[in-house]
Amino acid sequence: MPTVNVGRDRLYEALQQHYSEEEFDELCFDFGIELDDVTTEKAIIRKEKHLQEDTLEDEEIIYKIEVPANRYDLLCLEGLARALRIFTGKQGSPTFSLSSSAIQKMYVQPETALIRPYVVCAILRGITFNQARYNSFIDLQDRLHQNLCRKRTLVAIGTHDLGTLEGPFTYEALPPSEIKFVPLKQRMEFTAEELMDFYKSDLKLKKYLHIIESSPVFPVLYDSKRTVLSLPPIINGAHSAITLQTKDVLIECTATDLTKAKIVLNTLVTMFSEYCEKKFEVEPVEVISSDGNATIYPDLHVRSLEVDLAYINGYIGVSLQSKQVIDLLNRMQLPSEATIGSNGKSKIKALIPPTRSDVLHPCDVVEDVAIAYGYNNILKTLPRSLTQGKQQPLNHFSDLLRSEIAMAGFTEVLTWILGSEAENFWLLNRKHKEHTGVIVGNPRGSDFERVRASLLPGLLKTMGHNKDSPRPVKLFEVSDVVLLDNTKDVGAANERHLAALYCNTTSGFEVIHGLVDRIMEVVGISNAAVGDTKGYYIAPSNEPEFFKGRQANIILNGSCIGSFGIIHPQVLANFDILDPCSVVELNIEPFL
Amino acid sequence: MVALSDKEVTKAQHVEEVILSHLQTHEEIVNSGEFAKANGLEHDLLLSVVQSLHGFNYVEAQDIKKEAWVLTEEGNSYATLGSPEVQVFKAIPLEGISREDLQKKLDVSVFKIGFAKAMGNKWLETKPLVSRKVSNVEDQVQQQLVHIRNGQDLAAADIDALKKRKLIIPLIWKGYSIRKGTSYAPKRTKAATDLTREVLQRGTWKDLVFKDYNYNALGQPTEGGHLHPLLKVRAQFREIFLEMGFEEMPTNNFIESSFWNFDALFQPQQHPARDSHDTFFLQVPEKAQFLPEDYLQRVKEIHEHGGYGSIGYGYNWKREDAEKNVLRTHTTAVSSRMLYKLAQDGFTPKRYFSIDRVFRNEAVDRTHLAEFHQIEGVVCDRGLTLGDLIGVLNEFFSRLGIRKLRFKPAYNPYTEPSMEIFSYHDTLKKWVEVGNSGMFRPEMLLPMGLPEDVSVIAWGLSLERPTMILYGIDNIRDLFGHKVDLKLIKSNPICRLGMR
Repeated sequence: MPTVNVGRDRLYEALQQHYSEEEFDELCFDFGIELDDVTTEKAIIRKEKHLQEDTLEDEEIIYKIEVPANRYDLLCLEGLARALRIFTGKQGSPTFSLSSSAIQKMYVQPETALIRPYVVCAILRGITFNQARYNSFIDLQDRLHQNLCRKRTLVAIGTHDLGTLEGPFTYEALPPSEIKFVPLKQRMEFTAEELMDFYKSDLKLKKYLHIIESSPVFPVLYDSKRTVLSLPPIINGAHSAITLQTKDVLIECTATDLTKAKIVLNTLVTMFSEYCEKKFEVEPVEVISSDGNATIYPDLHVRSLEVDLAYINGYIGVSLQSKQVIDLLNRMQLPSEATIGSNGKSKIKALIPPTRSDVLHPCDVVEDVAIAYGYNNILKTLPRSLTQGKQQPLNHFSDLLRSEIAMAGFTEVLTWILGSEAENFWLLNRKHKEHTGVIVGNPRGSDFERVRASLLPGLLKTMGHNKDSPRPVKLFEVSDVVLLDNTKDVGAANERHLAALYCNTTSGFEVIHGLVDRIMEVVGISNAAVGDTKGYYIAPSNEPEFFKGRQANIILNGSCIGSFGIIHPQVLANFDILDPCSVVELNIEPFL
Repeated sequence: MVALSDKEVTKAQHVEEVILSHLQTHEEIVNSGEFAKANGLEHDLLLSVVQSLHGFNYVEAQDIKKEAWVLTEEGNSYATLGSPEVQVFKAIPLEGISREDLQKKLDVSVFKIGFAKAMGNKWLETKPLVSRKVSNVEDQVQQQLVHIRNGQDLAAADIDALKKRKLIIPLIWKGYSIRKGTSYAPKRTKAATDLTREVLQRGTWKDLVFKDYNYNALGQPTEGGHLHPLLKVRAQFREIFLEMGFEEMPTNNFIESSFWNFDALFQPQQHPARDSHDTFFLQVPEKAQFLPEDYLQRVKEIHEHGGYGSIGYGYNWKREDAEKNVLRTHTTAVSSRMLYKLAQDGFTPKRYFSIDRVFRNEAVDRTHLAEFHQIEGVVCDRGLTLGDLIGVLNEFFSRLGIRKLRFKPAYNPYTEPSMEIFSYHDTLKKWVEVGNSGMFRPEMLLPMGLPEDVSVIAWGLSLERPTMILYGIDNIRDLFGHKVDLKLIKSNPICRLGMR
């Protein structure tokens, strides 16, 4: 969940009310956000730099507030305070409007389709910045870049002082050597080619280079005098940088995903048009695509969604009147009215403002009714249908078997499914089996390279880490391994295994042999003569993980279901075990 | 203590008799060593007998410690053969001898040590032949060593010199001085320690004095194995679900396609949870081989353009992304398979549960691992309400002994409404999150083919967190994985979750 840092005093000023920390925490809880931490700007910096804590009295208190990942309209103080003011009934939902006609135009060149095909724009006229508003404007762009824009891959935002530019504008894609400009925070002119090199050492920007680096053409925006606005998604030009004095702001969002570009643009203009001369009014920009089609942005239209009153009540388990629902929705920024459907049923017509891109379906309206009503005010009920409890036979059987093994004196361990390639194969002398296992594509470290195909590494590692345990050590685990399996949709399948280990000053081969016999006894399978196809017997084996001449396969109804033996001294050494060990591992699914 | 053989027992009884009868007529045995020697007893055996008599207050024994010296192997050989310097001296004929020939006559180390020593003592000349400088020498070292062998004392300076040459080493000699104890008797009556078969059969239990039982010591540890604490807690959760009429889902498939893990749940393909730093993708097997085609088309449609009253996410849905195999990030992947199957088989009301392993490619710390167990409950029925979800959660958690719940609005891509579950923690005096819940979105359920009036409520929590709280474990690795402390597995109490 994204976290927004807002100054406490500015927030309370915007909320037109002072809260105690507990009161504010309650308000957050009811609305579905979370006061995660209370800190100060300097404390955050100190924490980042691992400096000693010593808070000064006069530092501004910062609230770190977690907001839902789909509520982009809550990612800045302006939106957060607005939502809470409306939630607490201090104001109604704002209405956003476009000034009459588009003065500025943006022409899209066909080459942009090769790298970043979409651009949407809007203008905020007569805005008044101060330091706090300016910081908030920059922070919101940062948060959108990190969240919705997926680290600028889907959408990149550029904001410009329109007073320094002259339209019409063009959105182009050119070879990097042909793009030349002074980037933000620099004095020198760079070609785009040089910039890519220059930013390789820039901690903040280097992570965006890969988005366009390998493309023969880079996206770039120009004004009519060939001034570079920005080289998205990397950097803006220095020329059009906004300052505290900027009055008219041009916002451009270039994108590979048009839906998200529109949401990003709408979020910026609906939040910051609050500071425009004409509050909540936005000047549109006409974007002319390469095929000549013109579209006006931003798209601030209010969608209306009709929802049956019965659907709302039925979904939540309440019986509210239309008027109550409308009151509740008003508090959630969804202005609504009551209507009657063609079938004579009561309906609620909710008006979804451009700030609420999270509302996809009537169920989202229902949720807002429930939140405003208060989750904790809803009457508890219980589903009435009669259903039967039932266990998975494999799990039920595993549990019975686990108890039997524990009664036989073995202690259960629970080890990890993920492990290194080494411990799964060559430490076990099983290099030849490497092709049988599932391989993780993006492990964080060697501990997560493989999905285990055997329970042995886990048992041996546990033994290696418990050298001091009194002897004999008797361990077991009943759990799943994963094997490649072409008959399954995903190409792999779990298999339930049982493994046990005995470690003492002597090998305990006969102890493990005895356990095998006991397992067969409790599952009701009798000992058979070698070669029989009914019952079980053991036959000498020749596996490299075991000691020669002290190992056997377990044959059940003619098929091998596992093996046991004294662990090979080399394997013992690999797992740092000093005393002899015997182990058994077998597939228990054939017992079902 | 090592058990004594029968022969040793008889010998020990003899020693005991000698000591006790001696004390009948004497005030004290001043030195156990000398006493042993005088009576022809083994001193070590005598010591253990005295310890036992002391334990029962027959005698009062006081430690005597003496530092004595014994010969090393080298010292021993010199005591017999003479010191190496004298051996060298004696090997030199009066007319002198070449160094090489002298060396041949002697043991290598004797020559090496003895020659240097003899030169140091100015006994020899080496121009050019090795010859005696003095006519006669006295082997003081040998004499001193013999003294020590005989247990006689030496001057401190001589001891130091021998110590330096590593010819003698100190030996701490321990013995006792012995007097009558408070329970002294000329003959010991043994206190019985146990009611044995022999004692029963002979009927001697009536006359026997029984040794006091040490009620402060622990009893003997039990034999037998142990079940793992996390799985003991799992067993109780299973029982609670079963008692509540829930049917277990088959979750034995750790490998899942992105389709079932994400897409079927209406989780958009650009969602951060689908990033490689949150999810384990696979190199082998990289992709799912087959997906349910017509269902897949409906899923694609709902993501791209919406439907069933939804506007969808409005992006270009990619089949390749859905095919990518992952280590399932939640057991809800299995729930989606179950619900799809339920829709295909014909809907009937169901309650499902599962408790099994899930995987997250996240940084690990004291409370988080890359794999953990998810507990999940699902109820599907016609016309379920949010009130039903709240009611079921109250029922479920009250069986865990958690009775004070409240719910916070939350966001989850596949549930709407979504609720985080908080419970009041009596010791921490605050509300803590104990799980997540919600009603599955129609965009997830309707493409599966479930009837429109069917709702599904679901909740999830981890198995590890309640277990750690229950057993007071603060590092998850002590419990789960190979660095586990076996003592901890063996010593934890039974889990009484679900008992009322």
